[in-house]
Order: sequence, then structure tokens, then C-alpha cells
Amino acid sequence: MENKPKKPTPSIKQNLGRHQDPLARRSNFDEVALGFGPEEALTEAARCLGCKTKPCELACPVNVKIPEFIDLLYKEDTGAAASKIFETSLFPAICGRVCPQETYCEAACVLKDKFGPVSIGRLERFTADYARNNGLITPPPCAPDTDKKVACVGSGPTSLAVAAELRKLGHAVTVFEALHEFGGVLSYGIPTFRLPREVVRFEVDMLRRMGVRFLKNVLVGKSLTIEELKKDFDIIYIGSGAGLPSPMNAPGEDLVGVYSSNEFLTRINLMGAYKFPENDTPYYIGEKVVVVGGGNTAMDSARCAQRLGPKSVTLLYRRTRAEMPARGEEVENAMEEGINFEFLTAPVELEGDEQGRLKRVKCVRMALGEPDASGRRKPLPQPGSEFYIEADSLVVAIGQSPNPVIQQTTPGLSANKWGGIIVDEATAKTSLDGIYAGGDVVRGGATVLLAMKDGKAAARAIHEKLSAGTK
Amino acid sequence: MKHDIYSTEGLYKIVEKTDISETISKHVLFAPLIAAKAKAGHFVILRSREGGERIPVTLVDWSPENGTVTVIIQSIGKSTTEMNAFKQGDSFSDVAGPLGTPVEIKKWGTVLGVGGGVGIAELYPIAKAYKQAGNKIVSILGARNKGLLILEREMAELGEIIVTTDDGSAGKKGLVTDAMNDLYAAGKGPDAIFTIGPIIMMKFVAQASLPHRTPTFASLNPVMLDGTGMCGGCRVEIGGKPKFACVDGPMFDAHQTNFDLLLKRTAAYRGQEKDSLERYAKGHQCRIGLH
Repeated sequence: MENKPKKPTPSIKQNLGRHQDPLARRSNFDEVALGFGPEEALTEAARCLGCKTKPCELACPVNVKIPEFIDLLYKEDTGAAASKIFETSLFPAICGRVCPQETYCEAACVLKDKFGPVSIGRLERFTADYARNNGLITPPPCAPDTDKKVACVGSGPTSLAVAAELRKLGHAVTVFEALHEFGGVLSYGIPTFRLPREVVRFEVDMLRRMGVRFLKNVLVGKSLTIEELKKDFDIIYIGSGAGLPSPMNAPGEDLVGVYSSNEFLTRINLMGAYKFPENDTPYYIGEKVVVVGGGNTAMDSARCAQRLGPKSVTLLYRRTRAEMPARGEEVENAMEEGINFEFLTAPVELEGDEQGRLKRVKCVRMALGEPDASGRRKPLPQPGSEFYIEADSLVVAIGQSPNPVIQQTTPGLSANKWGGIIVDEATAKTSLDGIYAGGDVVRGGATVLLAMKDGKAAARAIHEKLSAGTK
Repeated sequence: MKHDIYSTEGLYKIVEKTDISETISKHVLFAPLIAAKAKAGHFVILRSREGGERIPVTLVDWSPENGTVTVIIQSIGKSTTEMNAFKQGDSFSDVAGPLGTPVEIKKWGTVLGVGGGVGIAELYPIAKAYKQAGNKIVSILGARNKGLLILEREMAELGEIIVTTDDGSAGKKGLVTDAMNDLYAAGKGPDAIFTIGPIIMMKFVAQASLPHRTPTFASLNPVMLDGTGMCGGCRVEIGGKPKFACVDGPMFDAHQTNFDLLLKRTAAYRGQEKDSLERYAKGHQCRIGLH
């Protein structure tokens, strides 16, 4: 590999990567963002100034060694670039796709205001994909076995991060998953057009090659209690996620055709219902679909629905586009794909026919008032503005709260009033000795990256405890 | 023999399969963790293969010693038909569980079990557990005809049984509720009732016991997806409040249950289910006589 001296070319415009054409992609479940080819990656990598202060790296929740891996990419040593990322994060193919880089590393990039930031997320994805597809990824070495046993509950991002870190340190790790597929929200929640399943499977397989044991079909809290697990494991890490759907509490929510986003996305993504009848799990959306909510889950639901070929998909959000919690990129993607956005609109009642099937949604227009506790302007219903939207199906995507099963079946485990497990922030320790928790079961619905960050912090604390020899 | 409940070796293999009737089969499956933790009222979710549906079925029996659990499956749609076409030695791709909340086992006095069709299989472990807890067991077993009547002998070992069939081909011709009313009329009203079967049957069982204020519990079978409390698809209305059958149930106070809502919600996918079964039947020799 030639050691070419780098002359950064920051003034080249930021490359946002290629995307599947909106008209084509709105009827398939293939990946929307197509990423970089080697040449695009090289050109984008050349833009990086390699700042000594590493603002991007400091802004990254899992502290990926960004300037160093980009430098290795520029030197066309993609394998070494992948290894560099691996030093702090084992899941670059996932993070490169689903991390909101625009709020972390790319927001911190010094080129941001003048030329647009370096496309760090796309470079991370390229590195991971290229290394995976060319057999350049070898699992990191693991320390000699310590004979300490750790159980991770749930196989989503936070548990995967814990499993990776602790296995590297020589501990025996078993991951318990309630469903039949590993990955948690990466498998049941995020659609394949944002995160192909082979990426998730590859990462799980890599942990398996490192010696992590994966057990599916076990719902901890029901199939096995935490107390029972405690007899067989030194440490338990709870990463059971925010799986409890929040209802709208509007009349008519039990009508056939009304889904929680969890149910709709699980049918489509985990069960592959979009391939019905080739796959056996059915879905029902009819011709007119309404989605309620303004977050990423609402975007995912609307975009999945659009791909099933209804006549229309309409998204109702009670505030305006500016207040939407969804990533800007996802909102744009959804708009390009032909989803109708009704801002400042909230459903108040769902009406059905005699068979109990949804027929129309009574809505009200909102106006923004004074800022509320969240700092956002509070939406206020406008009297007399009621109107109807016809709908055969409706997806409620207004938030999830922590899955309550473990909290309900584990005496002494403290939880807050929203059901989140209470932990010590620095160590992820719960109220019970030897039991740790992190990710969405603590935070409520947050992000994949924060879940991974929690997992890494917890792994450090767990390793310290195990090394101290106190059980 | 003590099994390693965390081992994946040989999981979900059909150790023994018996056809009970033309459309009903008994499967004994290797699943040591489930066998070790099962209690009466628990269910499992089966998946036959990749791409297969998640099908919830109540556990009929289990043996921690053998590391096995027993389920009884009736061929109704494509997935269950495919499962019953499995042979001994084949494996399910997934058996998740035990799931749900087990029934509370206590001393009631006389417990009446009212089972309809394949629901009798789910009634059996509950009746057995109550028998072991010192209750007197009386059972009313209903079926469309003699051929669909199952576990008659096993239920008879637990106590008195009364059989009713729609066509009179076994026991009394009539409905399970007729037999219930006869019991009440004869002054033999039970101290508690557990009913498992078609929704419409359970609804009428609840109506029949209401005037007598007999505590009555029904095992609800809504459309279920993940079975882990995550999707809310199986929500049912109990005492005017939403409950998830998969984690809060499946057994609920029948007098508080909104059966009409349950009936409507279980019809959600009937069109797709029929379509899927017809496609499957075209490709296979049909065992269930589609018209």
C-alpha cells in the first residue's frame, strides 16, 4: 500500500450518496440508500481535514475513531479502516445506516457550514460493506476464558454491544431473545429498505464466531424469570427494549384495520408479510391507509404501507414539519415516495362498519400555542374544524414505552412511573445486585446508537465488578 | 434425566406424533427449557419453518424428565395443516415459551370444565392441576360429532364427564350449555367454571353461569402475532379495559369479557386465511375437505 501524503480537498461538495429512484422504490423493499462505490468513497475521504481535535469522534456516542479510519480509507486500505472502527464499535454496517449522523459526528464536522460535512456515515457504511463483501472482517480476538457467566436479555443493539465487549474480555455470554430472529428492533422494527437483514445476521454471526451463545424463543420474565436466571449466571444485563405500544385512547381503536406501529412493522418486517402468500403471515391495509405520528417509526410505517400498493397513504401529525422528531432525511424520503402529509391534524375518533372494520377517521385541525414542558409549541384543537378522512386501515405510531414484562415479574427491581428500569447512570446498575439494564428499557423509545452507548458503558462496569471477584 | 435447558441440541424435534382424528394431531416436542418451566395455562408459539406464521397453542402436557412438551393441533388454516403434515422425527423451526400467565391453582371445591372441540386439549392440564390441588372435577365436553371428540378417556380419569355433540353421534345431542343448565337445575352447580373452546360457546357458557354467580374463566384466543406483549394485536376488553391476551392472559374472567368485540377482531384475516389455505390445498393432497 503506497503511503501517499494527503492533500485534503474540502471544497468539493459533500456527496450524499446515490438513492434508488423514488418511483421504483415505492413498490419494493430493497434498500433505498445505495451508498458509495470505492471511487466515491475515496473522493469523499479526501475531503476530511483530519483535525487533531477530532470533534467528530468526540461527538460520536460510541467514539468511532473517525479521522483515523477515514485516513486509512484514503490510503485505500479498507481492511485496516474496518479494523480501526472495530476498536470501538463492532457494528459499523448497522450504525453507518441507522445512526442520525447529522446530529452527532457530521454536526461537529468543521466543514459543515462552508461545504457540507464529510459524509461520515456513508463512509462508515462503505467501509463495513466493502470489508464484509470482500472477506476482510475477522472477529476480534478474545481474552482467555474467565469462567464468569453473563446473560443478556434481548438481542437488540444494547445487548449486542454488551455481548461484544464482554466476550472480548473473556467472559461467557449468553443472549436470550424472545422472538425467532435476533436483532430486536433491528429485525422487527426497522424496515429492510433502511437496514437489510443480511447485515444484522452477519453481525450476530460474528458474535457467534467469537463464542457468544444465542438462544431464541425465550421470553425472559415469562419463560424464565430474572430470579431463575440469577441461579445460573453471575451477571444479568436487561436490554428488553421499548416494546409497549402507546394507544391513542380514541374511541374506535379496537376496530379491525387499526394497528399499533409495533404490530404493523412486526408483520411486515419480522414476519415478511409483504411477501404474503409466499410467507404465511397476512396483513390488511385496504386501499386507504392513515398513519398517525411524526417520528421515525411513523415514517417507517407510512413507507412500508406505501410499498404494499394502496391507493393512498396519509400521515397525520399534530404539529408542523419543523417540530417532527423524525430524521429530516426520512421525512424527505417519505415525501418523495408519495406519502401525503397532513400537518396540524389529529384524529379524534375512528368509525367503523357493522363488521367492526375501520371506515373513516374523524380529525380536527390544530394550531400551535405556547411552548409546553417539552419546549415545543403545544398543539391546540381548533373548535369547529372537524372533518373526515376515509380509511381502511390506520397505524398508530405515537410512541412506545418500556416493555413491562420483566419489571412486573422481578420483585425488587425499581422502575419509574413510565415503566423504565431505574439505573445508576454511570454503571447501568439496577436496584438489584448483579443486574444491569440499558437501552430503551431504561430510556423509553430512543435510538440504536444510544442503546449501544449504554451497552458499552454497562460492559465496562460489569467487567470491573467481575474482575473484582465479588459476585 | 436432567437436561441442559440452555442447550440448542435437538431443539423442537417431534419425538412422537399421533393422529387423533382426521384433522387433529398430537405432537410431543423436544424443548427442555419449556418442559422445565411449564405450568397449567401456559401456551407456546409454534413456527413450522422459515417464512411460517407464529401459531399460539396451549400446552397439553409436559415432562421435565424427558425434556418434552405436548401440543394438540387442529388443521384449520394453511399453517396448522402444514404442521399436522409433519412426521415423527421432523422439527419445527421454532417453539417459543412457555408464554402467558398460568392459571391460579387453588381449592374451589367442585370445578366444572367446559371444553369445546380442540379446546378440550387445553382444558385437560388445567383440570388435572385442579384435581391435584384437591378439587372435584366435572367436565362437559362438546364437539360437532363423535370424530372430533378428543381426550374423552383422559378427562374421564379426572372425574365425571358429560359429552354433548351437535349431531348426537356421541353423548347427548345438544349444546354444552344445555348440559350446564341441567347441572344447575339438579342443584349440582359448581364452585368455579373454566371454559375453553370456540368464542361463541364461551360467550354462552358465561351467560349461563352469570345468574348463578359462579366464578367463570375463559381462555381467549384472539389473533396473536409476537405473543410477548409487544404489538397489542391480541388486545381484548376485560371489564371495559384493554388487556393483552398474550401476557395478561389467555385466561380471563368470562363475565367481564367483551366476547362480541373478540368475535369481530378474530375475523380480521379470514379472507387471506382462506386464500392461503386454498393455494396450499391446490399444491397438496387435501386432508380437510375444502369445498
